[in-house]
Amino acid sequence: MATTAPETFQAHDDHHGHADHDHKPGFFARWFMSTNHKDIGTLYLIFAIFAGLIGGLFSGMMRVELAEPGIQYLDTFSRWFGTPNPNFDQSLHLWNVLISAHGLIMVFFMVMPAMIGGFGNWFVPLMIGAPDMAFPRMNNISFWMTFSGFISLLISAFLPGGLGNGPGIGWTAYAPLSTSGSPGPAVDFAIFSLHLAGAGSIMGAINFITTIFNMRAPGMTMHKMPLFVWSQLVTAFLLLLSLPVLAAAITMLITDRNFGTTFFDASGGGDPVLFQHLFWFFGHPEVYIMILPGFGIISQIVSTFSKKPVFGYLGMAYAMVAIGVVGFVVWAHHMYTTGMSVNTKMYFTAATMVIAVPTGIKIFSWIATMWGGSLEFKSPLVWAIGFIFLFTVGGVTGVVLANGGIDDVVHDTYYVVGHFHYVLSLGAVTALFAGFYYWFPKMSGRMHSEFLSHVHFWVFFVGVNMIFFPMHFLGLQGMPRRYPDYVEAYAYWNGVATTGYFIMAASIGIFLINIVYAFVAGKRAEGNYWGEGATTLEWTLSSPPPFHQFETLPVIEDSHHH
Amino acid sequence: MNFGEHAGSMARRSRLGGLRALCLAMGGFALALMASPDAALAQAKAPEPAVAAPIAQQTGTVVRAPDTAGSPATAPVVSAAEQAPEAAPGAYTRMAPTPGKGMPVDGGIGLQAQYSPLGDYARWIHDGVLMPIITVITIFVLALLLWVIVRYRRGANPVASKTSHNTAIEIAWTLVPVLILVGIAVPSIDLLAKQFKPAPEKALTVKITGNQWYWTYAYPDNGGVELTSYMLNTPDANINTGVRMVGSDPSDGPEQLEVDNRLVLPVGEPIRLQITAADVIHAFAVPSLWFKLDAVPGRINEKVLFISEPGVYYGQCSELCGARHGYMPIAIEALPRDKFNAWLLSQPGGTLQAAPVEAAAPAAAPAAAPSGEASAAAPAPAA
Repeated sequence: MATTAPETFQAHDDHHGHADHDHKPGFFARWFMSTNHKDIGTLYLIFAIFAGLIGGLFSGMMRVELAEPGIQYLDTFSRWFGTPNPNFDQSLHLWNVLISAHGLIMVFFMVMPAMIGGFGNWFVPLMIGAPDMAFPRMNNISFWMTFSGFISLLISAFLPGGLGNGPGIGWTAYAPLSTSGSPGPAVDFAIFSLHLAGAGSIMGAINFITTIFNMRAPGMTMHKMPLFVWSQLVTAFLLLLSLPVLAAAITMLITDRNFGTTFFDASGGGDPVLFQHLFWFFGHPEVYIMILPGFGIISQIVSTFSKKPVFGYLGMAYAMVAIGVVGFVVWAHHMYTTGMSVNTKMYFTAATMVIAVPTGIKIFSWIATMWGGSLEFKSPLVWAIGFIFLFTVGGVTGVVLANGGIDDVVHDTYYVVGHFHYVLSLGAVTALFAGFYYWFPKMSGRMHSEFLSHVHFWVFFVGVNMIFFPMHFLGLQGMPRRYPDYVEAYAYWNGVATTGYFIMAASIGIFLINIVYAFVAGKRAEGNYWGEGATTLEWTLSSPPPFHQFETLPVIEDSHHH
Repeated sequence: MNFGEHAGSMARRSRLGGLRALCLAMGGFALALMASPDAALAQAKAPEPAVAAPIAQQTGTVVRAPDTAGSPATAPVVSAAEQAPEAAPGAYTRMAPTPGKGMPVDGGIGLQAQYSPLGDYARWIHDGVLMPIITVITIFVLALLLWVIVRYRRGANPVASKTSHNTAIEIAWTLVPVLILVGIAVPSIDLLAKQFKPAPEKALTVKITGNQWYWTYAYPDNGGVELTSYMLNTPDANINTGVRMVGSDPSDGPEQLEVDNRLVLPVGEPIRLQITAADVIHAFAVPSLWFKLDAVPGRINEKVLFISEPGVYYGQCSELCGARHGYMPIAIEALPRDKFNAWLLSQPGGTLQAAPVEAAAPAAAPAAAPSGEASAAAPAPAA
């Protein structure tokens, strides 16, 4: 399988390679019509940082509103969104717009573009020794559809969506709040945004699967692929199988809203809970879509800075496959309180807990990789160790939530918010920063400041833990999520969380300064700036790699370590 | 509308299929941690504040909405349930909540104290099984990380080993988590089975409907008593037009939790709650009673509630339902059966139904209801 395709590419390069070497197109053609996987990856990363700043700004608006009980700022924020004299309901509606936009932006336009579109595009071809992705033009369309989806979502915030402007339906868009409960075009635009982003992701998934199956360099067997490539492969399958279900569900929402169907309306024979089943059949694999590439990044980093091959490589690869498979049969643990039957609830409790096993294998294998290593605490490793710990915390609270009978009290409380931010905000995002500092010099050719990267980590670590750890307390005490206002008793820990937000925000400032520093004053990066531990193929190239790499395909020998 | 189509599924829930048996059997070889749930449960209950605090009955006149005006003119069937010892002309007075009971406490970090048997059991599973396990696991991982950081830093270990496999340890860290999870699953599955035990046929039935943004409570077997429950206004915001300010009655509880008309329920007996919604999905949740069930339009969800002792228990809507999602709290006032009966009879059209099997056994004399009329006529405060 791996032999025929690369030869074709090699033959192609023999004809044109020398004349075209590192010939870059003009600015517009390069960045707006790009078919180069590295440029598209760069576009995705810039887009993700930009979207992440907007999503983070929204979370800041929420945190200042939640700093103390009562409604203090929502009317001001409503004016920003084009409501000149907001009444009380319009202000409250804006709250629901903020929670929806924050969730959708962070999931679809920050984590996914960065993990898959950004690092996946950049490093999957490099790591398997391929000159580019299998379908370069489709790669371009994927990015611009994601971008258009983001624009559609931003537009939706300024359109009527019921009591106020914008879609106030939560990222989960449960019917009938998202159908009969939200008249106006805002929700349609938000749904359309997911159609666009979803289509982009499906095409991206097809691209990754094809690339990984067909374009590995000679000798790069499946079981020699770096774990980052494995993680992207599993992720691509999850995307390919789950996103069409989301597309179907939200298309039914559109027709329920606009064309008189009643898929989710009991008065016409439909069922609101059906939407939740469809949504979470997508939604649960989605959370693994967000975290699996992070697993891959962490594996590469831990191995590099331990100067050891990954411990239990096959176990690590197939643990991800197992997480992907089991991830498809646990969706209804998001729906324990919808009135499921006892047997269903027991099944989903048991199945959900099973996921802890492969996840545990990964945690222990990372530690075992470091065990006996010669650890060099460069910033990516510090971020990776932070990831392992924070992800463990998020994982164990997941085991608590897995129990259907226990979930009865913490479901839809801040406990859940704390849990999923530990695996996403502190897990996936920490992995993203780890990957960023690991690969940024490779992508840009400039070294970032290691000092600032370490400071960034510690400030971020303190900030996010202050935000999210108290949320467990609030949830156990019963504070429901998606509330703009709360009972006096919850004031203390909400105040702590809001303080934590500003610390976290400061760390993002350090991150941005570090990027500027790298481009203004950063040293030029060597090809392999991390030294002997960095053994994957991207380190055999210059930093940044040539515009077209591997014009002569590398040959992977049997002794090559992952 | 196809209300009731889904209700049939509730009946099936009592029939625990092979799955439960399988899950329980899997736990057979599991760990010591669930050695004696009952003993541990008793321990878990011990530290809770003894509920000796008398239920503060307000002596002042309770100002109620006009819906209490009428006395129950027609009380067709009045059973003997209200003949419990103190059943005398028990005029209903609104109960004042006990601070910290049935509500969150300032800066609290744990689960709210529980006032139902299953809540006690579930809280024991959380505090006595899950929390210790996840704490130990987290500390274990943290300790391993710290050890690795110190012992295998470049300065301490300049030459890295090349070890990349160890089958024994890989099997160990697969199987041990499996055993731990089985150990968790045993009480967890058992809890689920208990939670789905259906209410006895004669249990009090209350129909709860979520609306944007208030609750309606109906007692279909008690003369069709029905009340709407709005959050009381707060000094900061006039949330509900025509509703009084929180604190304007001495029996009012905390801001944002107190309502104009509470859901009044009896203690010490299983109550069948049937929950639905009129517009969008809401969720009926009361943390101190370990109760949360979605209110879904077009579907009736049913679950049993058993309240151990009198008190006022607060909760909040727990499914995003639009702009005022945060302002439709739930307040349950749990009364002894006789006081509950008095309350029922104080409601327009309120009647008593046949006493539940468990309640007021000594006084149960279903045939005759000599004092029924008298007791029914007594309470109703003048509006």
